[in-house]
This record gives sequence, C-alpha cells and structure tokens, in this order.
Amino acid sequence: MDRRGFLIRSGGIVVGFSLLPAVMAQSQPAALPGSLQSNRMLDGWLRINADGTVTVFTGKVELGQGILTALAQIAADELDVNYGRITMVSADTSRSPNEGMTAGSQSVEQSGTALHYAAAEARDILLQTASSRLGVAAEQLSVSDGTISGGGAKTTYWELAQDTDLRREASGRVKPKPPARRNVIGKAIARRDIPKKVRGEPAYVQDLRLPEMVFGRVVRPPSRRATLEIIDEAAVSAMPGVVALVRDGNFLAVAAEREEQAIKAAEKIRALAKWREVADLPPNGSALYEQLQKLPSKDSVISAKAGVSVSAGATSIEAVYTRPYQCHASIGPSCAIAQFKEGKLTVWTHSQGVFPLREHLAKLTGIAQSEIVAVHVDGSGCYGHNGADDVAGDAALLARATGGRPVKLQWMREDEFGWEPYGSPMVIKMAGRLDAGRIVDWRHDIWSHPHSTRPGGAGTNLLAGADLAKPQYLGYPVNSPQPSGAADRNAVPLYDFPNQQVVLHYLPEMPLRTSALRTLGAYANVFALESFMDELAVAAAVDPVEFRLRHMKDARARAVIEAAVQRADWRPGAKGDGARGRGFAFAKYKNLAAYVAVVADIEIDRRSGELSVKRVVAVVDAGLIINPDGVKNQIEGGVIQSTSWTLKESLRYDRQKVLTRSWSEYPILTFPEVPAVDIVLLDRPDEKSLGTGEGSQGPTVAAIANAVAHATGRRARDLPFTPEKLKLLLA
Amino acid sequence: MGFTINVNGRARSAEAAGDTPLLYVLRNDFGLNGAKYGCGVGQCGACTVMIDGKATRSCVTALSSMNAKKVMTLESLSDGGKMHPLQQAFIEEQAAQCGYCANGMIMTAKALLDRTPRPTEAQIRKALAANFCRCGTHNRIVRAVQRAANQMVGGTRTAAVVEGVRA
Repeated sequence: MDRRGFLIRSGGIVVGFSLLPAVMAQSQPAALPGSLQSNRMLDGWLRINADGTVTVFTGKVELGQGILTALAQIAADELDVNYGRITMVSADTSRSPNEGMTAGSQSVEQSGTALHYAAAEARDILLQTASSRLGVAAEQLSVSDGTISGGGAKTTYWELAQDTDLRREASGRVKPKPPARRNVIGKAIARRDIPKKVRGEPAYVQDLRLPEMVFGRVVRPPSRRATLEIIDEAAVSAMPGVVALVRDGNFLAVAAEREEQAIKAAEKIRALAKWREVADLPPNGSALYEQLQKLPSKDSVISAKAGVSVSAGATSIEAVYTRPYQCHASIGPSCAIAQFKEGKLTVWTHSQGVFPLREHLAKLTGIAQSEIVAVHVDGSGCYGHNGADDVAGDAALLARATGGRPVKLQWMREDEFGWEPYGSPMVIKMAGRLDAGRIVDWRHDIWSHPHSTRPGGAGTNLLAGADLAKPQYLGYPVNSPQPSGAADRNAVPLYDFPNQQVVLHYLPEMPLRTSALRTLGAYANVFALESFMDELAVAAAVDPVEFRLRHMKDARARAVIEAAVQRADWRPGAKGDGARGRGFAFAKYKNLAAYVAVVADIEIDRRSGELSVKRVVAVVDAGLIINPDGVKNQIEGGVIQSTSWTLKESLRYDRQKVLTRSWSEYPILTFPEVPAVDIVLLDRPDEKSLGTGEGSQGPTVAAIANAVAHATGRRARDLPFTPEKLKLLLA
Repeated sequence: MGFTINVNGRARSAEAAGDTPLLYVLRNDFGLNGAKYGCGVGQCGACTVMIDGKATRSCVTALSSMNAKKVMTLESLSDGGKMHPLQQAFIEEQAAQCGYCANGMIMTAKALLDRTPRPTEAQIRKALAANFCRCGTHNRIVRAVQRAANQMVGGTRTAAVVEGVRA
C-alpha cells in the first residue's frame, strides 16, 4: 500500500494539508464550531478534485462504529454532491487534522460539526467562483451533484477545482443546510468498510504487508513489577529465522523472518528468562472493595445541592454497588507495524489517537516527533484504551533493531488479557431519603482508580516505558472534570432532588493499570444510580417509571422514558413471578450525549442461579441522526456488550499475577445467550447530533439489575451477576 | 521443509516447519487475509477455514496435516466479482461493527448451510455459539445467515436494511 503516492497523484485544488500558521496560534482566534476550532483551515478538511471526486480529511478513526460513513454523509450533503464521490482520509499525522482521540462518543459532534461548516463554506466559495466565472449572481445558482447551474449557464466543482482556493481559514459564517434540504444525512447508508471485510480483502493493520517485513513478538514479565535477572540471549538469537532480539531493562522483544518463528522465539525467551517477582496485587471480591475504600484517595465534591430541610420522619435507605476489573477483550489482539529507516520512524496503528501516540512514541524512543509519522489503519474492535498504543510502542522499540526492515508485531491473546489497561474496579455507596413519595436527599460516593491513562500529557503512557533500563513512567493520571467526568461520569443525577451530594474518592495509585473502557465510570454509576432509584421507588411503593418521571423535568428525557414505556408495554404495578421480571432504566450519557431508556426482560433459574436476558427495548434520542442504521448498530452493540459485562465479566488474578490468559478465564456472552434487541430512534432533526456509541451500556446494566429485583424481590448489587452469586442471593 | 497443499482449488507451496499453524501459512505465505488470528488456541473462531468441507480452526491445525486435504478460505467464496449469498447478506444486514470476527462467522455459517439449508434461528445460534463477537453484532449476524439461507433455497429476496448496497 503506497500511502505517499496519494499526495503525489493528487491533482486537486491544493496538495497536502496546510498546517495552521504559527502566528494564528498566538493570537486569540474567533471561536469556530466543532473541531474547526483547533483545525481552522478549510483545506485541512476538504479537497475538491478535478477528477470529480472529493477528498475529506478527518482526525477521527474507524473503530467499527461507522464514523467514516457518517462523516462522508455530512460532507456529501453540505456540498451537494453524490455520496459516492467522497473519499475519506482518516487520522494520519502527516496529512489529517489533529482531533486528539476518537473517544467519548464525540466524533459526530466534533468532526461532524466541523465538516458541516467546512463543507457548507466550501460550497459557498465554489458558488462565488462560479458566479464570477459565469457572470451570474450567486443567488441564482443552484448545485446538483457538483454541477452548478443558473441563468442559462453551467459549470462544475471539478472545472472550478484549480481556481478555487480553500487554503484559507474557515469563517464559520456559512450555516449548514436546514433539515428540509438534507438528502444524504438521515439516510441509512451502507458502511463503506464492510464489503472488503466480508470478502477477506486487506482491511486491518493485521493485513498490511510491507516489502522486507519481519514479524515481531514481545515477551512481557510474568507479573507486574517483576525484574529480569537472567536471559540467555545467544540461545534465542540462534533460533531459526531470528533477526533481532531486543533487551532493554525488563523489556524483551524478538523479530524473525516468519511469524511462527517469532512466536517460538518468544516462547523460548519465556522459558529461559529468570525473573524476580513480587506479590502485590490486590485481593479479589469483597476484600478488594474494602481495600479500595482504604487506599489513599483524592476526594472531591462533584455536585452539591442543599435546598429544603429534611423532616425527621423521612425514610433513609443505603446501598453499596460494586464492579470488578473488566477487560476490553477485543477479538483481535493489538497489532502495529513499525519501520525505522534513515532516522525516520513510521508506525501503522489502530490507535484511537495517532497524534498523542506520536508524542509518546517520541518520548519512548528518543526520536523527534518531527521524524515520526503515525498512520491509522483499522484494527479489531475498539472499546476504549486497549493495547493499541502499547503495541505500537513495542513495535517501535523493536524496529530500531531490524536494520530498516518493517516489523509487524501482534500481541498474543495472553498479552492482551494480561496487559491491556483494564476498566477500573469501583465501589459506589448510595444513600437517600424519602418523604411523601419523593426523594428529598441523595448521596453518591465513588471509589475508583483512573479511567484514562492514555498517551498524551505528562509522562510516557506506553506500557514498555516502565520496563526500560532507564524507565519512563505514566504521568500522574487526572480525572477529567465534569460535566463529562471520568470516574464520576453520569454520577450527577439528571433527576431533580432538593438535596444532593456526589463525592469522588479518586485512587490514582493503580496496582493493575486501569484506563478508558467504554463509558468510563458511567457503566457503574448508572448501575448504582438507576438501581437505587428502583430501591427508593420500592420503598416509596411507587411504580419505578412513575417514580422517575416524578423527579424528572428534562422534556427530552421524559419523552424517551414515555416512549420506552409504550414500546415495551410497561404495566405499572405488574409483579414479577419469582423467575421472570422486567426492569427499567434511563440515562443521558455524560449528561451531554444521547438519551437512552431501556426495558429489560429477564428469566432466572432459582436453583442454578442462571440469569438470562430475553429481550431489551431501547429508545434513543440522539438529536439529529446522521445514519439511523449506524446509530442502531451502536445502541444494539452497547446493549449486548453491557449484558455480557453484567452477566459474566470479571478479570481473574491472584496476589502475584493476572490469571486471565484466554477466553476460558474470561467468558463473554455467546450467540444463544444474546437477548433480542428492539430499538426505537426518536429523530430530532432540528437538534444537534448527540453521541451514541456509549449511550446504552449504563441503562442496560441497571435495567437488568432492576429486572432481577422485580423477578425475585432480591437486589443484585455486586457485578457480574454470575450463577454462583445469584444462587447465594436467592438462597 | 517444503509443503504443497490444496488451497481454494490450487496447489500452493510453502517452506515452513511442519508444526506451523495453517493460519500463518495462509496469511503470510499465500497472502490470504480472511482467516484472522484471535486466540491461537481454537477458542474464538476468527481463524476458521473449511477443510474438506468442515469448518476448522486454522490456528490449531498443523501445516503437515494438510496433505491430500482441500482448504477453502473466505476468499474462495467470491466467484470473480460475485459474492457468495452469505457475504452479500452480511452487507445487506450490515452485520458487522469491527468485522474482525466476520470471517469465522461466514465460514461457520457456510458449513451450517451446507448441511442444513433451512436452519432455525436456534440452530444458527447453536452453530455459532463458539464463534465470539465482541461488538454485539450477534443478532445482525443471525439475520444475515437467515437472509442468505432464504436466498439460497430460492426464497424471496428482501431489500437491504441500508441504501447503497450493490448486488
């Protein structure tokens, strides 16, 4: 694949990507919408090509969420060109806008908003150019698939391409199309990347092959903080096909001519290496949760409200909810290709953020950022900060020893389970007081490790750094502030309570590295918050939906709740029968993104403790929907992944090492266990688009928990809801 | 050591140790990308190929055992430009998020449809129970298999759930 050829071949308006002039960064630029704010040049986003195509650049990446399709729809619609003319160029430090991470369900809001405005402005510029060329007032011109006509004259974008200069700062003054004039936005357009993926064509970084490429594997220590004492390097180097062995402190990696030779060499290293190990991992289960509450914490009040005084007669209840370490567990282990040649490092990666990765690769390797290019290529499913960045670091370190030959390094399954950054365990204590059927006081306390230790910012947030002879460590992890929050994401209730306090007990020291797993803290916070709403509703003897509506003023929240009630035929006061029940839950992700209401129907075998989720109804308000099928796919995927987390998932480890090495020690939901999922989208074309990638996970876990309580009268508060635990709960 | 094996109807040769997993030979020697590395121990199904008509995990299948066997990979399902009804159905149902598992889903479903042309939903779910999907695309995959089965037994063809799908 020749990625450089692209720039040379292009015969469009401009070649390459204009960098923001340095002077502009120093003055105070006008506010621009979405990611135009930080990537202000129009030609950084769009190029009109003489050959009748349009190239769209984005800093966001395809993670299987369909973002490149949605962004192409926006550009096509705003430009008035057929969708098929759009070519997408995704994150590449040599030519795309820098939009940081593709994370937090923000791509449509950030990149999409930028493209609405950039494309609308480009269309306007093209119309002005056409107007002067044709001698027809711009107001009299119309555009159809890039053909501009009016006043009996006609031209095309493609003819104007050479004479239209998009190398200018966006003004933000040309408004995107009104809803009535859109014709590509809002359509369920087929994803651009699926055909090649179902035909077995090269689609993933794992499939990329470069001339002279060798294969690499990394050998991680057997446990955290283990130190390497002896390794017989000569015995490894003598193995068939071995091209390079890198040992730097505790970091070990090997490259070979053939992939299976690299794997065998890595196995040999593992057999030969002697390590000094320590046993300092946390305990499991309830002992873990007790320990979390005793660790040194940085406490902050996230939200506080003191309204009316509470009468002495108010009913008080309390409950504690817990969530274990959980894994991203992508089906394909992380992979990267790195080439170090003539002082320049190129890395092909499925990282969510090629620019922050480049910055940390520079720290890790000592190669200047200006000499590093990081290019995104699709990988296996990404649900947050998995091993993608770390493996790029491993490959970069190994590539310095392969004599300029590119090296493809894929983690083995046990590397991924053993060393990916996990979703943090969490303890959430809820307390509430009820008076006259209403909540009068609310308290939510969270104990959690960090939810983002991604590359970017201080330190070196690449796993290999800490193993080097001159170790480089993670920067001090910071909890993102509200309103989006991180450990405290969705902990501030959208409900209206007269008194409330939300406190985060943030635990920056991590015995096992934790980072962003889809929704960050929202999965556990919504689990606790929405379970506790049900517990209070039961205490108040009010139907849980009615109870929620009593405390909810937000009209759009009420609308999704009411639509879910209707779709699922929710019957107030219906009783569970001991084995079957249904539960309700709601959240507006981050209190900023999509509104999602969920009704879950479950069955439970009281003797075995086996829990089965039969059907999930999800109603979604995501504002303006760019691609309804894309939204449904995200919401449905979120429901099913959350069901899997909720029923099954928990990392296994002992005091010395992580024991989860294969799917045997980390079962996930399988086809026969997957619930039917019914999704209703409330389209609001006049509202701005709201992120959906993480909208359904929180409401799903809470709806399942509420359904268990509804069926059995017993409240499951300790994730995951395995048969062993449910059997005890129901005994 | 040199081995010649029959892959997608052609005799192909590779110089590799006999215990080399077939997966790496298919991918690295023959440039076939369909089968994917997922777990290396036959648990997840991403590496599934057909060997003598049976869905088989290529990550735990030794190259040396392929003598006189016929290996078929995902690539063989497309006949020139024309896709297999399963591939077409995966597109028409948009039955992928990341798509990394799609190879194993399609190859396992092919083996199912070869022996059970009209499977029930429960049979499809059972057949795919040891193929893991992490994105939560299971129900779309089941619908895609149903769609392909309907088409293959001559049933009516329904419109794709999305626009812009080329038949």
